[in-house]
Amino acid sequence: MSSHPAAVVRPPAPPGPVRWLKKNLFSPWYNTVLTVLAATFLFFVLKGVFTWVCFRANWTPVTHSLRLFAAGQYPPEQLWRVGIILWMISFLFGLSGRVWRGTFMVFARGLAIALGALALIPLNLSLLGIGARLWLLANPALVFVGYHVGHTRVGKGRWVLLGWGLSFVLMILLLTGLPAIPWLPPVESGLWGGLLLTFLLAVVGIAASFPIGVLLALGRRSTLPVVKGFCIVFIETIRGVPLVTILFMFSIILPLFLPENVRVDRVLRAMMAMTVFASAYMAENVRGGLQAIPRGQIEAAKALGLNGFQTTLLIVLPQALRMVIPAIVGQFIALFMDTTLAYIVGLTELLTVARAVLQSNSEWLLLDMEVFLFIAAIFWVFTYSMSYASRRLEMALGVGKR
Amino acid sequence: MNPNDETPSSTDEIIICRDVHKWFDDFHVLRGVSLTVKRQEVIVICGPSGSGKSTFIRTINRLEEHQRGQIIVDGIELTHDIRNIEAVRREIGMVFQQFNLFPHLTVLQNITLAPLWARKWPKARAEEVAMQLLERVGIPEQAHKYPGQLSGGQQQRVAIARALAMQPKIMLFDEPTSALDPEMIKEVLDVMRELAQSGMTMIVVTHEMGFAKEAADRIVFFDQGNIVEENTPAEFFRNPREERTRLFLSQILTH
Repeated sequence: MSSHPAAVVRPPAPPGPVRWLKKNLFSPWYNTVLTVLAATFLFFVLKGVFTWVCFRANWTPVTHSLRLFAAGQYPPEQLWRVGIILWMISFLFGLSGRVWRGTFMVFARGLAIALGALALIPLNLSLLGIGARLWLLANPALVFVGYHVGHTRVGKGRWVLLGWGLSFVLMILLLTGLPAIPWLPPVESGLWGGLLLTFLLAVVGIAASFPIGVLLALGRRSTLPVVKGFCIVFIETIRGVPLVTILFMFSIILPLFLPENVRVDRVLRAMMAMTVFASAYMAENVRGGLQAIPRGQIEAAKALGLNGFQTTLLIVLPQALRMVIPAIVGQFIALFMDTTLAYIVGLTELLTVARAVLQSNSEWLLLDMEVFLFIAAIFWVFTYSMSYASRRLEMALGVGKR
Repeated sequence: MNPNDETPSSTDEIIICRDVHKWFDDFHVLRGVSLTVKRQEVIVICGPSGSGKSTFIRTINRLEEHQRGQIIVDGIELTHDIRNIEAVRREIGMVFQQFNLFPHLTVLQNITLAPLWARKWPKARAEEVAMQLLERVGIPEQAHKYPGQLSGGQQQRVAIARALAMQPKIMLFDEPTSALDPEMIKEVLDVMRELAQSGMTMIVVTHEMGFAKEAADRIVFFDQGNIVEENTPAEFFRNPREERTRLFLSQILTH
């Protein structure tokens, strides 16, 4: 080999754009035909969608009901609380973007741009008032402030995590209100609605079902027969029942079992139902990961003198969870969309608001296309964000590479 | 090490196995194995595959449970008491055929994990010891890589460093070179030879007869779940007493 250096030829350089087009779209004659046909088809579809969205569609039901879509029947004079929650989220995203970078930075930027654009949206001031616009406009500023606070000594992962946890509690307090504070009157949870409620259901469902699911998965593989039996019965029972049934059970049957003076809030009952439902599926996803861990990993951990808890926490779970990220995120996305079923127990989540809006005005009755497209777009933005985050997370953890 | 230059302090027995039996369902894997190991002794266990030699050394740190007989390690008898088992495991390092490094942790994290969690060392001390061990096995420059980025020989050396980080009194090697490409076997055996010279008590299951000749104090020959013959390397290779041993040696030494 070394005596024939000329025999080693550098592989050909990647082709330029014109050659790429030629090779991939026009190489034999039938590919050219297919390309032309597909392009024509795409052109007409996109043109149709564009003209409909921009000129023919009547977006009045959407533009006239922004408040309802955002927070449902939440009292207008108390909406500043939702605004403050948004501020907290903006600040925390800015902070997380500085500390954790990557996906958080992308989301922080996206949030700043989206809320900034919403504040400046060219709509009549009667539809989105100056005050609301200023509230919204403060969000990009708060992302910026959060980012720069991240430079200081607060910019440590555990402080940011603590910040998220504390502010979540604060957010719930803000929403519910406290009878003791005159300027923070209680707002009955039946009035919460729209995107606010959809979000709450999804976030609580996700945050609670994940740890419970992990525990159930571990329990199902336990050697203690009682623990194992309980987990199997729980998982299989829940998986055998539709979500709608579970929602009904929690909202109608649960109060019958509880003593009369114990009243569980309606939204809380829906949250419990979603959590119970999602955690059973989560458990099975996680169990798939647990079963893929080679026995040698556990033996190595034990041989080093780690106890069972340490082995699970440090060796088994990190590897198992990393493997099932796609399945878990799929589960989260499904849960996010399943929140629409909460209408069945009388909650006005986003989709229910949409239908209420359509029925609120006889001239809007036939504009369902516009309204539902708007709802679909909102769902798409959030679910796509989740799958984007999951892909970034997989890359960061080197799934399939290490 | 040679049996004649044993120091008096190294004569006490650190592992005592008496009449150890083990069944996998109906299969009688270990049939009354008795073996005593002294401090600083290096024992090589060889024998045909399926003879129970791996299972035997795995009973010493209770990765396999024995069903009859007695195993006493450094004065602690192995019973169902999980605390005893964990205490014994902290004193025994083990190196596996398949390395079993933790793929989600860097080399340095692999080595410091057990000292941090099972010994509760401060991080600075654990990392200092880990770096010393990586120097000792000759790959300090790999500290911040992941196991998947290393060659097999390097991975096995990391596995040895990881076991040594707990400062064990005994090291068990379960066919440490069987999964390696030929050119990487030497680098691992060199580390093991150095470890034997430093006075570590070692039990090594291996087919590397060169290593056995050089480093072992005793060679134990296993067949069908029991010890057939044990002797010094010189005697073992020159005058095997049992017919079964002679047959085994002729098979592995002729090719």
